[in-house]
Amino acid sequence: MSRVLVGVKRVIDYAVKVRVKPDKTGVVTEGVKHSMNPFDEIAVEEAIKLKEKKIATEVIAVSVGPTQSQEVIRTALAMGADRGVHVEVSGKDYDLLQPIHVSKILAKLALDEKADLVILGKQAIDDDSNQTAQMTAAVLDWPQGTFCNKVEKTDAGLTITREIDGGLEVIKTKIPAVLSADLRLNTPRYATLPNIMKAKKKPLKKITPKDLGVDTAPRIEVVSVEEPPVRQAGAVVPDVDTLVGKLKEGGHI
Amino acid sequence: MSVSLRLVTKSLTNLLPRCVGASLPQQARGAAYYPINDKFYGLTEEQQKLREIAFNFFQKELAPFAKEIDKRDEFKDLRAFWKKMGDLGFLGITAEPDFGGTGGTYLDHCIIMEEISRAAGGVALSYGAHSNLCVNQITKNGTTAQKEQYLPKLCSGEHIGGLAMSETSAGSDVVSMKLRAEKKGDYYVLNGSKFWITNGSDANTLVVYAKTRSGIADKHAITAFIIETAWDGFSVAQKLDKLGMRGSSTCELVFQDLKVPVKNILGEEHKGVYVLMSGLDYERAVLAAGAVGLMQAAVDISFDYAHQRKQKGQIIGEYQLLQGKMADMYTTLSACRSYLYTVASACDNGERSSKDCAGVILYCAEKATKVALDAIQILGGNGYINDYPTGRIMRDAKLYEIGAGTSEIRRWLIGRQLNEEYK
Repeated sequence: MSRVLVGVKRVIDYAVKVRVKPDKTGVVTEGVKHSMNPFDEIAVEEAIKLKEKKIATEVIAVSVGPTQSQEVIRTALAMGADRGVHVEVSGKDYDLLQPIHVSKILAKLALDEKADLVILGKQAIDDDSNQTAQMTAAVLDWPQGTFCNKVEKTDAGLTITREIDGGLEVIKTKIPAVLSADLRLNTPRYATLPNIMKAKKKPLKKITPKDLGVDTAPRIEVVSVEEPPVRQAGAVVPDVDTLVGKLKEGGHI
Repeated sequence: MSVSLRLVTKSLTNLLPRCVGASLPQQARGAAYYPINDKFYGLTEEQQKLREIAFNFFQKELAPFAKEIDKRDEFKDLRAFWKKMGDLGFLGITAEPDFGGTGGTYLDHCIIMEEISRAAGGVALSYGAHSNLCVNQITKNGTTAQKEQYLPKLCSGEHIGGLAMSETSAGSDVVSMKLRAEKKGDYYVLNGSKFWITNGSDANTLVVYAKTRSGIADKHAITAFIIETAWDGFSVAQKLDKLGMRGSSTCELVFQDLKVPVKNILGEEHKGVYVLMSGLDYERAVLAAGAVGLMQAAVDISFDYAHQRKQKGQIIGEYQLLQGKMADMYTTLSACRSYLYTVASACDNGERSSKDCAGVILYCAEKATKVALDAIQILGGNGYINDYPTGRIMRDAKLYEIGAGTSEIRRWLIGRQLNEEYK
């Protein structure tokens, strides 16, 4: 195996309280702290681990988004990725960018860069789509290993332990493949100051979806974005009969 | 205030199942964070990234334990935590890379000190004593051989460092110290004691000041030494029970016929006062960042609280008296941080000013105590109980008005320098 492509998405930081814009067209992003999608950090860590084990020779971090997306690419480079690719999509196009677009971009890049493995976070904590890895594998017609808990290299390919509802599932795949990282795959490292400095000198290429021949025209329209409803206060009832009575009254039973 | 600026954030406990998967104690502080606009302060991209890493690291790996550390006056995972900081390059931030250091600046050091203090003031004090008082003093004054011998382990976190200056009868009047070092061939033999020594019972390596001459003015009679606590003749008489900064050991140290090789003199023989005084300037600048970090922690918790708590159907933060209090806290914190970054950058640019190193810690320390008290007031009844961190922040902050020179000494120093300028 020689090359690993890792997707890194810039999202609103996990610790930020997300607010809906007054005009209900989306959420407030201006002046809000952003950082790398936590599941993508896990994907980056896994790729770097493969490189440290000499299974991979090069790690390429890709981010699709506005200029600020380069910040998360730099974070990936500081963690240990070798070079970055920034696919610039901004404005209205970015607001309505969907996994279908991103997966086509990643698939084309995987072929152009001759990647043997694509590792993505299982989902982004902003839209929670959980689609990009699956779609990327479909576009490439490569095998997929989603919700990875453990990834091991074998002579024939990869042995992957997946997190499923009932527990863990072990599968074998050939390479090339697309993987998605689950929470317990690893603990991402912190970048160190010397590595932050070094990251500044690592190459970062900027391209557009057009360069890759991918159409990012919106396929959806946002009608309205609403705050989740505020939960109503509960009440304590004295006994089961009252409870059943109240449930009947409310038409629940 | 526009909506976008109100970045009051969710509790740390919410994120953990989402991105770490580690189980943490339930008392993980119900933290909310008031953002720091690094671009506004003119920090470089690398410094912004450094803050991000330091913030994430300390909030995840230290803050959840701050309450317990304070309560028990003990940080049981200290050594493991030190290694993690070593891996990140925090311990030897200002040391040269040739000796395991990071090669960073004083401003970098301040950013780390600010963020660790924001998480746990006591452990932060230990970090300051290690990384500045010990590591930076050896970096600035040590010989190549001394640096090769001591810095790699101090930078990696294998060893813990400290500095021993004060004595029971020599606090503010530090040059009147009594710890004696008598020369016997290739050795100096140390006899006496030191008091209020941070990291005293945890340290492997200490920078120690002692009297090497008698019958001469104090300032020409002091020499600095590097000693190892494993040597015969070193002992810890007691660990002191403190008001705040708990979890950071503060000790009385006893030296009984402790033999120090002459090659372990730090700087020049009998010229320890120069090592001491220049060191104090950097120490004050870096420790001022501790006060700023505590102030930030006070703002983090109280601003969020003020916007959650309702009385008479109104968010208390929207009452004028609290608006005024928060405005003052914010302005004070911002002024302190600006002075801090100016002084730290000046140290980096070779424009060190003793007057301002004393000034920045004088101002930040007193304001930190004030802002912490304001935070307690905003939290009201909850501010007075130990379920909330505001009391701890206040107790921790008070130290900075006393350690590294009292506020009185700092005013005296600044005033004396002003007088000099008119002579």
